[in-house]
Amino acid sequence: MNIIYAIILGIFFGFALQRVGANNPQNIINMLRLNDLHLMKAIFFAIGISSTLLFLLMASGIIDSEHLSVKSSSFGVIVGDALLGLGFAIAGYCPGTSLTALADGRKDALFFVGGGLLGALLYTLVYGRIKETWLFDTIAGGKVMLATGSEKFEPLLPMIPGTLLAAAIGVVFMVIAWKLPEKT
Amino acid sequence: MKGQLNWFTGGLLLGAAFLFAVALVKPIGVSTQLVIADGILWNLFSDTIVQEDPERQTGYASPNAYLDKSEGKYAKDIANPLNYSFIFVLAMIAGAFLSSKSGGPKANTADRMAPQIWRQRFGEDPLGRYITVFFAGIIVLFGARLAGGCTSGHMMSGMMQTSLSGYLFALGAFAAAVPAAVLVYKRN
Repeated sequence: MNIIYAIILGIFFGFALQRVGANNPQNIINMLRLNDLHLMKAIFFAIGISSTLLFLLMASGIIDSEHLSVKSSSFGVIVGDALLGLGFAIAGYCPGTSLTALADGRKDALFFVGGGLLGALLYTLVYGRIKETWLFDTIAGGKVMLATGSEKFEPLLPMIPGTLLAAAIGVVFMVIAWKLPEKT
Repeated sequence: MKGQLNWFTGGLLLGAAFLFAVALVKPIGVSTQLVIADGILWNLFSDTIVQEDPERQTGYASPNAYLDKSEGKYAKDIANPLNYSFIFVLAMIAGAFLSSKSGGPKANTADRMAPQIWRQRFGEDPLGRYITVFFAGIIVLFGARLAGGCTSGHMMSGMMQTSLSGYLFALGAFAAAVPAAVLVYKRN
């Protein structure tokens, strides 16, 4: 059953990335040099609406909060995302879109994926030597979320009802999506 | 661009993908699967990199500290490539292909070698582009693994769940990416 879900959900996600233009490094680069915010608007809207609906559906018992999976906040996140951001800007690809760009017949994506496999391998080889370092010191408790709603992960703002908080952030994201100019 | 959805419809579709995934199985993530792909290749040439270990909950272990992490979770996925997360990523490529063949945005021959903005700045010869994105791929995936996820897992899935790491990641990634993009490609 899980494999059927993997096929359906994977096809859906790949389809969405291609259709919104995320496969095209031109769109990513133009977003990052703040020339064309089409993708940024789509991203803000996607996060805003999915987050709002996720917390509403969890509160009404339709989505099982056991499915949540919150990643750890550590200093490695800050160093890692700076590295990722640098390569993302130069190439115009992130790991997901480089793979779906292969389906467009983009040859540069093939080189990115080749580099990606090597980068992932290098990390696999050095992990044993860095795992005890400050890079893995957690920030604010590690696997935490802002809103309540999960049994597994601690909320940072337990005094605010989680559904309300998540929906409020979600609505702010959707308003940002709507208000951001398309071309600058 | 022709075939490309506007931000509203495109964002709705993208948001639906993230929501359906967490509703039915778990949040979307991609970059781990490049480690799994490396492991599958490695496993073809090595008898020792993935080992069965009946004492473990997952049933697998590895002499490599990363593949052995979390009770041998990655080692298990390498030994069983037909698992949810790996198939999901392969299906993504199929989904993108389906979109491209059913009226989605098309890349012309020149775009397939390098995006227009690259050609304007650095010329038509694709070799420089290929070498540059190869190295970009190395740092993106190294960075993604160090961060524990990429744009899909950390940023989109993370912020959807109001996870602190998602906001941290998005701020950090864009704080690095925007100046880098302006520096390399200029504002206009």
